[in-house]
Amino acid sequence: MAVAVEQRREQEARPAARRRVAAKGNFAVAMAVRDVDIDVAAIYPITPQVQIAEKITEYVANEELDAEVIHVESEHSAMSAVVAAAATGARVFTATASQGLEFMHEMLYIASGLRQPVVMALTTRALSAPINIWNDYSDAFGMRDTGWIMIFSENVQEAYDNVVQAYRIAEHPDVLLPVVVTLDGYILSHTVEPLEPLGREEALRFAPKRRYGYRPTLNPDMPMSFGVVGVPAWYHEIKYQQVRAMRESRRVIEETGREFGRRYGRSYGFIEEYMMDDAEVALVSLGATASLVKAAVNRLRKEGVKAGMVKIRVYRPFPAEELVKALENVEAVGTLNRAISYGGVVEDPLFMEVATALALRGIVKPMASFIHGMGGRDIFVRDIVAMYKKLMEHAKAGTSAKRTYFYGVKGHNPDDDQKM
Amino acid sequence: MEALKKPVRTIWDIPRPEQFAPGHNMCQGCAAALIMRMLMKVVGKDAIVVMGTGCVEVTTTPFPYTSWKNPWLHLAFENTAAGASGVEAALKALQRKYGVFKDRYIKVVAIAGDGGTFDIGLQSLSGMMERGHDVMYVVYDNEAYMNTGIQRSGATPLGAWTTTTPVGKRMRGEPRPKKDIIGIALAHRIPYIATANPAYPTDMMEKFRKAYETRGPSLVHVYSPCTPGWRIRNEHTIHVSRLAVQTGMWVQLEIENGKPRVTVKVPKRKPVREYLRIQGRFRHLTEEEIQKIQRMVDEYVEEINRWVGEQAIGPVVEE
Repeated sequence: MAVAVEQRREQEARPAARRRVAAKGNFAVAMAVRDVDIDVAAIYPITPQVQIAEKITEYVANEELDAEVIHVESEHSAMSAVVAAAATGARVFTATASQGLEFMHEMLYIASGLRQPVVMALTTRALSAPINIWNDYSDAFGMRDTGWIMIFSENVQEAYDNVVQAYRIAEHPDVLLPVVVTLDGYILSHTVEPLEPLGREEALRFAPKRRYGYRPTLNPDMPMSFGVVGVPAWYHEIKYQQVRAMRESRRVIEETGREFGRRYGRSYGFIEEYMMDDAEVALVSLGATASLVKAAVNRLRKEGVKAGMVKIRVYRPFPAEELVKALENVEAVGTLNRAISYGGVVEDPLFMEVATALALRGIVKPMASFIHGMGGRDIFVRDIVAMYKKLMEHAKAGTSAKRTYFYGVKGHNPDDDQKM
Repeated sequence: MEALKKPVRTIWDIPRPEQFAPGHNMCQGCAAALIMRMLMKVVGKDAIVVMGTGCVEVTTTPFPYTSWKNPWLHLAFENTAAGASGVEAALKALQRKYGVFKDRYIKVVAIAGDGGTFDIGLQSLSGMMERGHDVMYVVYDNEAYMNTGIQRSGATPLGAWTTTTPVGKRMRGEPRPKKDIIGIALAHRIPYIATANPAYPTDMMEKFRKAYETRGPSLVHVYSPCTPGWRIRNEHTIHVSRLAVQTGMWVQLEIENGKPRVTVKVPKRKPVREYLRIQGRFRHLTEEEIQKIQRMVDEYVEEINRWVGEQAIGPVVEE
């Protein structure tokens, strides 16, 4: 008992940023939201993000967070309410997954079109039908063209850090775009991992609130109309401004990730390279799946295979330059995704962009796309090892896979995909 | 311009300053234009307007122009009440945490049409009313989707022609009576509910004022003739509005904390025929069909009288 008390005292004496706790991804997100002192949250339950909503209301109930919680009657209203609250000048938050994201889809475009710094957490989950509550990235990839900055988290710590950074990015006057931070449903949302939260003081120092009026808001003393009719004479220009904002957000995202590292020792870039220095074959992946790929790389390295991995952390804006730089010297490039673009050139939407980024820079090399893990299907390290081996075959033959390989499908040989 | 504090009894009580600017694209004779003008005179400058997609939204804000001297927000069609909830919650947080608009009362005014309220926006309206947001919700009811070109809505009255309830061999206009939005609001037990009509501007503005004064959700359901949609003459907007009340097709109600009252009493009712005959949308109705609508209105009037506990609306007197 005495030892426990002593340990606790010691822990409390340490600086806030160094205090370690054990937390699920959902709680890490809620903690981050509390630490940045949001003003308005709109919450609606959906699996697997519901614990975020629960925890936020608990913080409000216990006066650990001074915020208005709107118990909306749907996700569509959740996004509507936070966009309106952001337009009024508040720091806002909501969280969703899967069908909830699809239900608010219309409002995703309105959030970015109105340039509101909304921050949302997405516990990535499969889409119906058939209904499935487990992880894949179908929901996240469905919002890729909605004008949101998209940051994928690989672990619980990243989920926390990304949410704090999201506010600094979204509210930056040169950006003013909504940001979504993803965490893999269950795999991160419900998994307890060590976490070093910054604490309120430090989080607010990193993502400080700007004075009221630094950006246009619904202010009776300075009345403005928001969401007016974009007539053909102006709509095109307004959309181009959005394109520019997204392009220019790169600078702020980059600076934010670097500054985070300078202060807290955890640097963040657009991508993360793993064993890429001498890699001959590389897989590109994202989210918690990247951790599995790293494990596969470790196993292959023991076998003497020069495998490497590139994790895409920021998917929007897409880090083409960084990615190409990382991949230009490998012999073959593959992508591993948990989302499908039915009827696409290949079925992996991530691959299309990786291939485009390389092709536009005149880089042509054997490539292959892999899809595994839909709707919570477990991806084993041995599956990823097999993908690397398939990739090496392509490297050797000097050919690309014309179709996406589907791994992990019962009774299906991925090689058959090339015949269809 | 401050919000209107004293009751509106005569036209001399109507404030002169305007918060709703002219130069918009609304049709000649549009009742909604009048309603917006009167509404904004009442709420004054310390009000944030949240508007649903619809006629008023598209005609008053073609970029780079706006008719709104108030802060104004349009999100989409079905979420006016959700947006208003968000603005209200944000105002509360900003006032409490940062002292923004300290000691000032900023009213949130939600405005939507009948389609955006009775149909696609019903869910978000229900959520807003149930959660008790301090929002004044005004629905301008032109009894169909007029912005897209006269398609029926849940607010379209029995027998009315619209482009999706045409008059042919098998279909003779709208086959169902109007949805009871007041009953829906009542079921949410909100503190203030009223019906209003532009032919009675002082009554309408007094209702806007009371909705403004309400702390909590309020709903004002405003009758809003549409000259092209109803096939009426541009100069008949007010005439038709008044006939609606005089025939009992529309009853001027006010329900404060659940207690109903009729604010414009009609001792001698005119037959509905007079109301129907001057509108092209009812031109196809046979005498038999008109009698059917008459019986429906008679029953409705009886129901209202029973509810308010007096004969607020009298019997039909043919002249």
